[in-house]
Amino acid sequence: MKVYVCVGSSCHLRGSYDIINLMKKNIAERQLEDKVELSAAFCLGKCTDGVSVKFEDEVVCGVNKENFDDIFSEYVLNRLN
Amino acid sequence: MAEQNAKPTAKLRKFDTKVQYLKYKVLREVARHAFDDTLVESFNDIAKVIVTGRKPTMRCCIYKERAIIGERIKMATGGDRNNPNVIEVIDIACDECPVGGYIVTDNCRGCIAHRCEDVCKRGAITFDENQKAHIDKEKCVNCGKCAEVCPYSAIANYRRPCERACKIKAISMNEETKAAQIDNSKCISCGACVYQCPFGAIDDKSYILDVIKMIKESDGGKNFRLYAVVAPSISSQFSYAKLGQVITAIKRLGFSSVVEAAWGADMVAYKEAAELVEKGFLTSSCCPAFVSYVQKQFPTLRDNISHNLSPMAEIARYIKENDPTGKIVFIGPCTAKKMEVKLDTVKPYVDSALTFEELQALIDSRDIPIAELEEGVLDNASYYGRIFARCGGLSDAVAEALKEQGAEDFDLKPISCDGIEECRMALLKASKNVLPCNFIEGMACTGGCIGGPGCLTHGPKDKNQVDAYGKQAFEKSITDAISVTGLGNK
Repeated sequence: MKVYVCVGSSCHLRGSYDIINLMKKNIAERQLEDKVELSAAFCLGKCTDGVSVKFEDEVVCGVNKENFDDIFSEYVLNRLN
Repeated sequence: MAEQNAKPTAKLRKFDTKVQYLKYKVLREVARHAFDDTLVESFNDIAKVIVTGRKPTMRCCIYKERAIIGERIKMATGGDRNNPNVIEVIDIACDECPVGGYIVTDNCRGCIAHRCEDVCKRGAITFDENQKAHIDKEKCVNCGKCAEVCPYSAIANYRRPCERACKIKAISMNEETKAAQIDNSKCISCGACVYQCPFGAIDDKSYILDVIKMIKESDGGKNFRLYAVVAPSISSQFSYAKLGQVITAIKRLGFSSVVEAAWGADMVAYKEAAELVEKGFLTSSCCPAFVSYVQKQFPTLRDNISHNLSPMAEIARYIKENDPTGKIVFIGPCTAKKMEVKLDTVKPYVDSALTFEELQALIDSRDIPIAELEEGVLDNASYYGRIFARCGGLSDAVAEALKEQGAEDFDLKPISCDGIEECRMALLKASKNVLPCNFIEGMACTGGCIGGPGCLTHGPKDKNQVDAYGKQAFEKSITDAISVTGLGNK
């Protein structure tokens, strides 16, 4: 599956690099490199709180370090299973 | 200030000269009609909108004024398609300034020292019955020594402003038409003449129609995403509004996203530092006019030009890798960028280039009230990427990148060349192996990009504004700024 993390200015200021690093770390730990393709996106047009992440065609807003694990489970792990 | 900002009137538009203002009006009207799909039928009406009334204000009669506006409209819609250069002379707008060379003015007091006569190796100076000096044009070679020694500064050099602006001597007088002509084999499209001609007779071709077409086709990002890559010198422009408001205005125009070219500068600084360590001697590759100059005048140094793309092309490549259907428009102070986007190495990444002048015209053609908009944000690059906009910034960034890469033992000896004349001196020395430096930062415009011909303002405070903008960057190091791009992984 394709995962895009927004690196547009607004998300960048709210910590998109942290989210990318968490993504990389979680993908590596679970050896999902073949299954998950991580890319950058430039502004998904939803500049609300936190970082926007697009899982395939679904945009999830407000991703932060605290809710990252839940979101990763719901949108990546559950779907891959 | 807040009250002033609340009233965006034409008076607040800041241009250095009335030539720029005139050019802006043409661009704005062309853009207005292009957005409304009425350009073809309105072509002849635009001149009448700009030249109103019956009395001429610029030329001998309103008909000549309108004819020249017609030529300006042609430039605003892409210029002469058969001329590969993006800089063109508008023949009928050229005032055919006198090209007298050195002339003794009325300030000559007929002194008895005759320093002018003594210093002239050609014996070109004689004196009349009033003891006043005269220069024999048959003998004079325009060396200027007499003017230097005259205690009254009575000897002036009459040169055309375009020729004086063109430090690389690509402009001369066409003997037949007496108008200025550009030697394309020498011209580096830096645009110095465009900014300096007091009659606005030299102009850069505009590609606003291509950009308007992309804005329409994108349809607010529905069909493909349209990206604006903006140069860091934007921080010294648009003095009547906040940078964040300009970002919002660009999005209102129809761009999906606004990205800093300075982020590409971070990537370039990182790669260029590594390339420098490997090769030992390098010239920068950010300024397309400088690169073109090296290629045309110093072919032996061609291999020493950094093989990296410019910051504009580097960030555009990164965007297209992540969004292959996206289209990218560069917005900056530069006319030479319009040449750069035509290069085979850059064409796949950047779809068009605009100047700040043109951006202002596009925004106003849609009646977007910049100073009333909410503030958007623009942040990805580090301090170092942003200071590329002023002379010396690139060298600072490469020094920082060397440090961050742990190559501190590499002895960086940079020379920052401010303007094409300084570039020429450094390149001349380098070509003879007598330059005591290993990195040439070449900027064709004086002051760096903030002195570019497509800038709305060219002021002494611009450098401070770029530095202040740099310091506002969220990411403090180059490595931090580029960590997500796959470069410089932490």
